[in-house]
Formats: sequence, C-alpha cells, structure tokens
Amino acid sequence: MAMRPDIQESSEEKAGWNAIRLLSWPFAQLGRSVISWINNSGAAAIFLLLAALKIFRPRQLMKITQQIYYIGARSTMIIMLVGLFTGMVLGLQSYHALVQVGAEGALGTLVALSLIRELGPVLTAIMITARAGSAITAQIGIERISEQIDALDTMHIDPLRYLISPRIAAAIISFPVLTALFDLIGILGSYISGVLIMGANAGTFFHRVQSSVEMSDVNEGFIKAIVFAVIVSTVCCYQGYFAHMRPDSHGAKAVGLSTTSAVVLSCVLILVSDYVVTSLLI
Amino acid sequence: MDIPLIEFQDVTKRFGDRTVLDRVNLKIYEGEVTTIIGLSGGGKSVLLKHIIGLLKPDEGTILFRGKPLNGMSKKERYAALGRMSYMFQDNALFDSMTVYENIALPLQETMNLKKKEIERRVMARIEQTELIDAVHKYPSELSGGMQKRVALARALVIDPQIVLFDEPTSGQDPVRKNAILSMIAQYQRKFGFTAVLVSHEIPDVYFISNRILALYDRTIVFQGTVEELEDFEHPFKDEVIRSLEGLQEELTGLRSKRQFKVLYHANLKRSALGESYTVLVFTLEALDAVITALGYDAAQKTIHYMGLFIDKHFAPIGGFSTRISFNEFVTMLPYSDRAEAEAIVKDFIPDLQEGIRQIQEGTRRKATSGECIEFVVHAGLAQGNPLEEIDSVIESAKRQQKEIGRLQCATQE
Repeated sequence: MAMRPDIQESSEEKAGWNAIRLLSWPFAQLGRSVISWINNSGAAAIFLLLAALKIFRPRQLMKITQQIYYIGARSTMIIMLVGLFTGMVLGLQSYHALVQVGAEGALGTLVALSLIRELGPVLTAIMITARAGSAITAQIGIERISEQIDALDTMHIDPLRYLISPRIAAAIISFPVLTALFDLIGILGSYISGVLIMGANAGTFFHRVQSSVEMSDVNEGFIKAIVFAVIVSTVCCYQGYFAHMRPDSHGAKAVGLSTTSAVVLSCVLILVSDYVVTSLLI
Repeated sequence: MDIPLIEFQDVTKRFGDRTVLDRVNLKIYEGEVTTIIGLSGGGKSVLLKHIIGLLKPDEGTILFRGKPLNGMSKKERYAALGRMSYMFQDNALFDSMTVYENIALPLQETMNLKKKEIERRVMARIEQTELIDAVHKYPSELSGGMQKRVALARALVIDPQIVLFDEPTSGQDPVRKNAILSMIAQYQRKFGFTAVLVSHEIPDVYFISNRILALYDRTIVFQGTVEELEDFEHPFKDEVIRSLEGLQEELTGLRSKRQFKVLYHANLKRSALGESYTVLVFTLEALDAVITALGYDAAQKTIHYMGLFIDKHFAPIGGFSTRISFNEFVTMLPYSDRAEAEAIVKDFIPDLQEGIRQIQEGTRRKATSGECIEFVVHAGLAQGNPLEEIDSVIESAKRQQKEIGRLQCATQE
C-alpha cells in the first residue's frame, strides 16, 4: 500500500514527460534539421573549396574538356529547344499584353531584358540540372557504392581531383556559354512569334533589343550563370560523392534518393540565389 | 627474425556499437604470401582495408617497417603506401572505361610516363593475364573470371611492392579459382612483391601461402605456416577450417588432406600388426611451361584431370588419394605391398599417357609460335607399416620418384 502513491507519482511524471516530448517534438525536429542543414552546408563548402583548389593541378585539361563535352556540348540541343519555345511564348504573351496598352513597340525591350537578366540564366541552369546534374549525381553515386572511388584512393589518385574538380570547372565554363545561346535563341523565338506570326514591326523589335540591353545586363546574366554553375555542380557532385552516407537508405536506393535530392535542391538553390544575386546587383 | 613489413599492435575497430576487430595483433613479412582466413563477415576485409589506409583503427597502432603509420608525414606515408595495390572483392573496375583504360589508369594518373611506355606496360599485363581479346571491351561485357583478371592486371601494372587481394577467387569455378591463385603465386615469385590474401578457399590457398593468419571471434588466433596450422588446437579449427575444408577438394575431386588422414588411421586400425601398405607420390613437373604456353586455366585443368585419372585408376582397387601441394598427389594403397603396387603403377602408365593426350586435347587452344609443349609426370612409391608415420613414408616415396609419363612435344595448330 505504501508503494501506491510513489507509483502514481511516477506515472504522473511519465505522462508529464510524454506531454513535454509531444509538444517539443516539432521544435526538436526543426532543430535537428537546422543542425543537419548547417553540417551539410559546411561540408559542401569545404568540398567545393578543396575541389576548386585542385582544378589547376596537372593532367586536368583533358578531363575538363571531356566534362565540357558532357555537361555543355551535349546539352546544346535541349537548351536551344527550350530557349526557342520560351522565347516564342514570351513573345506571344508580351505582344498580347503590350498591344492592349498600345505599347507593342516595347516588345524587343521586354523580351531581351527578361531573357538576358532572368529567364536565360535560370532556365538554362534548371535544364542543365535536369540533364547533366542528375547524371553527375547518379554516376558518382554508383562509383561510390561499387567501391570505384575507394579504388581510386587505393591507387593514390585523389578522387576530388579526378572526379569533382573537372566537373566544377566544366560547369563554370559551360553555364555562361549555354546561357548566351539560350538568350540568343530565345530572342529569335520572340521574333518568330511576335514579328513573324503576330505582325509586330521587325525594325522596331531589333532596334529596341539593341538599344535597351546594356553590358551591365549581359554581365548580370553571366554572373548568375556562374553562381548557378558553382551551386549545381557542387550540389550534384556532393550528393553523389556521399551517397553511401545517407542515413535513410543504402545501395542503389541511396543513389536514387541522392539524385532526386540533387535535382530538387539545385532547383531550389537556383531560385533562392537568383533572388539574392538580383537584389545585390540591381 | 626480421622486422615485419606490416605489424598490427592491439588494433581495434568499431562500427557504431559493433566491434569488428578487437585488439588484433599480427605480423606480415616482406616477400611472402600471407593469407588471412576466417569465416565470411568476420572482419577480414576490414582488416585488409586498414593496411592500405581506407579505414583507420579506433585504437591500436599499425606499423610499417617498425614505424607507426599515424606518426608519418604525408611524404613518408606516400613512400610507404605508394607502391601498394589493392584488388577488391567485387573488382571495383571503372564500368565506363574499357579494359585497356582501366589498367592504364594508375599509370596515367600517378606516374610521368610517355604514352608509348604506358601502352607497352599495359599490353604486357594484358597478355600475361590473357585478356588480349577483351582490350576494347567494357567490364559489363566480360565474364566474372575475366573481370577478376582485369582487376589483377590493374593491381599489378604499377609493379607494386605489396599487393592486397580481397577474396580474389570469390564466385569462380574450381578451375578458374585455382588458376587465379596460381597466377598470384607465379607473379609473386616473378616480381617478388609481398602478397596479402583474404580468403576462405581452404585448402586451395594453402598451396600458395607462406604464412597463414587465422581471424576468429574478432581477433587473430593463429599466425604461422601451413604445417604449424596442422598442429594448432583451437575451436577455430573445428568451427572454421573443418567447415570450409569439406571432404573433397573441389578442383581434383580427391579427398581433402584431413579426410585422407582420417581414412589412413581407420585403415591402420583394421590392419594387423606386420601388415604393410604402399604410398604413391605423383608429381606434375614443368607446369610453368604449360602456363606459359597454354595459360593458367590449362594448367589447372591439367591438375584437375590428373586428379580424375588417379582417382579413376586407384579408387576401384581400394586406394584413396589427396593433393598435398600445388603439383603433388599422394595415393595410399592399403592392401598392396611394394611388388603389387609396382605392377599397378605399370598398368597406370599407359592409362596416364592416354590421359595426358586427352588433357592436351582439352586444353589446347592457342598457338604460340609452334613451340614444343611438354610436361612430365614423376612417381615414387614406398612401403609403410602401421608403426611408421605417414609423413615419413611420403618423404621416402618422394625420394624414389622417377619419370613415368611425358607429353611428347605436342604440336600446336
């Protein structure tokens, strides 16, 4: 009988603790996520720094060239296709909006600035993420889980130098070039829909394109392209390189999840960094 | 004794709560073939990965020529481990590269060699490992055995001082398994590197190993020669060696050495005092020439067929046989004296000559400048009695060996 109050007390205590745990659970989860995010960000920053330092080591030129081919040259067709239709839709929509206020003459200005400052770098980065970024993560992830990266270590070949640095360098070179191509094809698409189909004046269109775009606009587009290149290549390489350390899965499943994470995270970071860079440069 | 090339002092490794290696002490000597045996999942690969530096111990020290690895500068560490190769259990070949590119990679990335020199070295290894037909193929287009040979060629292309083999024969058939082991043994003799193997291929690895390390219950319980392992009394022997060894050798189909000894003792018990028995020792000579001319598989097939012929001829008359080394076979004829045994061997010779011709037919596949391929079979016999040790009877038979069969210069097509 003497024990009963103690038991009651301890069960009350237990219930109290359970309630506290239940209430604090969302905060605990949030805390864990924030700590994990900070951890990963720090690790990714170190990863990028180490890989970037190894870009200028010997025997890198050929590997960088190969990666430019995979990341850049082989993305050309898809970038041209997306650029063409983006430009055509932009030309069509803009013409319809401008014609209502009698300002169809500003079509060239609108599409050129939209494409060069925003749509070009962002859509190019997203398309390369979808095409080449996912492939980078999957390839490096498979190389990790099949011990190919360990094999490099045993051969005294630095995996960061051999696998990561050329990809980061190739992305930094390819993104601005593909962005420029996207811009060019996009303006051509706007010309097709706005001028050839809808009947806007061709001379006015090209005059406005030429007169409204300044070098600072082009530079802004290129700065964004380089920032996106660093983000996409680092995120995709990092996710693949550490695919074996995912806490939620192993093996092929880990590679699949890493690829998904790489694409989603890259796209989110492209849009977030786009806002940050725009607000700094505007 | 010399300073060990590699020494583990109380090395412990844990993954989370699980202790995989617990105060492991071991010594690996230069120029030897050391084999680490133990059950699957017992931590053998983890141990090997500590040697090459892929894993670091939680406790304890790893010494390289008496110097702790963790106290070395980066340069010293590279000098120590730079000429070390590792052959992974699952090969770890780069699947987006051809066989040639896989083998050339360590040369291209770690040495300042001209393209021609790289090509020369790579092609030499490709020829030695019989991969000429696969030079431009990708790993996924090759059989498991060929992938192993690519991994072996890649491990050997830098002329390493130390080569670590993680289950080099896993997933192979008995002929291929022994072909790989014999390839390792031959290269080790030729290039003089230190080989460390992880394997549970018992007794096949005994034939090529200078020293055996037994990993049992997370620690090394035995270090010594194969002969010393015979006298080692420990639960390891019952639980591991006997379970892995089986009753028959896979390659030859003959009795295992242990089974041979059991039968020997059983026969002695049945024999009356004064009754004698005969032991025959067969040796296949010049197998290296077979390897050079016809390849490792052919040499192993020769051993395989030799085992079959011995069993086919002697088993029906009550004999039982085993393989005691890479190229030596022992047959015990429990009910025959010396004179009877000599008559039986005389009958065996024409059988063997025919068998050798069949072996040659079976293994012939490539012409190497029409050179003469021949190998020789030696046999010796000795009479023993129940009071005599089997080993001394075998030694006596070995001393009396003479040539009983020869493949006479088989012509190549």
